[in-house]
Amino acid sequence: MSADHHHDNELDPFAARVRALETILTRKGLIDPAAIDAIVETYETKVGPRNGAQVVAKAWTDAAFADWLKRDATAAIASLGYTGRQGEHMQAVFNTPDTHNLVVCTLCSCYPWSVLGLPPVWYKAPPYRARAVIDPRGVLAEFGLELPARQGIRVWDSTAELRYLVVPLRPEGTEGLDEAGLAALVTRDSMIGTGLPRLPA
Amino acid sequence: MNGPHDLGGQMGFGPVAPERDEPVFHAEWEKRALGVTLCSGALGAWSIDESRHMRESLHPADYYASSYYQIWIKALERLLVRHGFVDEAELRAGEAMSPGAVPKRVLRAADVAAVLARGGPCNRPVEALPRFAPGDRVRTRNFHPTGHTRLPRYARGKTGRVEAVREGFVLPDTNAHGHGEQPEHVYTVVFDAGEIWGEGADPSLTISIDAWERYLEPA
Repeated sequence: MSADHHHDNELDPFAARVRALETILTRKGLIDPAAIDAIVETYETKVGPRNGAQVVAKAWTDAAFADWLKRDATAAIASLGYTGRQGEHMQAVFNTPDTHNLVVCTLCSCYPWSVLGLPPVWYKAPPYRARAVIDPRGVLAEFGLELPARQGIRVWDSTAELRYLVVPLRPEGTEGLDEAGLAALVTRDSMIGTGLPRLPA
Repeated sequence: MNGPHDLGGQMGFGPVAPERDEPVFHAEWEKRALGVTLCSGALGAWSIDESRHMRESLHPADYYASSYYQIWIKALERLLVRHGFVDEAELRAGEAMSPGAVPKRVLRAADVAAVLARGGPCNRPVEALPRFAPGDRVRTRNFHPTGHTRLPRYARGKTGRVEAVREGFVLPDTNAHGHGEQPEHVYTVVFDAGEIWGEGADPSLTISIDAWERYLEPA
């Protein structure tokens, strides 16, 4: 497309459709475009998987917090300042040597926004939603994760308003790390169950 | 409803294909789609249950051909029409032509942080005692409602064990259709994979759902 086209002409049809909808709603006074900017900024810069990584790192280093997180995840997570939309009712599920936890929403895209931010595309797409409940080991292989055969898998299908955060096992060789160092090892996927934490360098 | 959204155990969609270093948004319009969807929800005219049901009511061919933000926007257009905020002619023309319905409230930029931090809790007091207790064996109902439900098809008519009794929560099956919140206790029910998938099921796999009380019967 040549550079002298009007900007609107460069929009793909769906982008144009969204822009038209925003324009209609703005003209009618139903939405404030600055509110959209604020929402986008929130999920680009403030609410994301670093929040969840802080929760996990604290659970690894503070047994009382881990116990609280097990009993009342919503309150324990709120104590770190992470609350709100799609995190109103939280449940933390702890991996053990015997059980690996994996979270899915087969019916839509339920995901713990307050601790992980917006879900990745694959989490919302049919392949993951279809197969996580019937072939989780096959799904994990596509993430490069092969679990020991003796470790069972528990899949949590988020069919109601509870939102699940996986607390992975603390990697070996991390005894010398502080909370910040540990949080850096906690990946988003390890808190969904499609990955494990990074190993210390 | 037995709609396109009810994906557990479906086949033929191919590999998951996770994306390395995935950005939060893949296009500028996705940012606006998120914001328009959240701001429109904040008008207070419909519940999260009604919006979920609108998304799953897209034609299956349309649902599967759409990305998730596209599903959101297509459903949002229908919700806005249903509730009188816009009409079909305006959507076709891409411009506002009439005032439309008056919203309960409009989300302003200054209020975004507080509104997102507050969220929309769906727990509600329920006077009745829970019908089931942890450890109880239960069977999920085998029903096929044409309206909204959160009992997935793969988990209907299956026997499992109550693992946790949750608070009362707004019942999506009624709330999605304007028939009230009718809160009920929710239970985390766990099933062996063999109960769900039968022959060839992974013996090391268990699956849980969160089920409203009316989805369950004693087993």
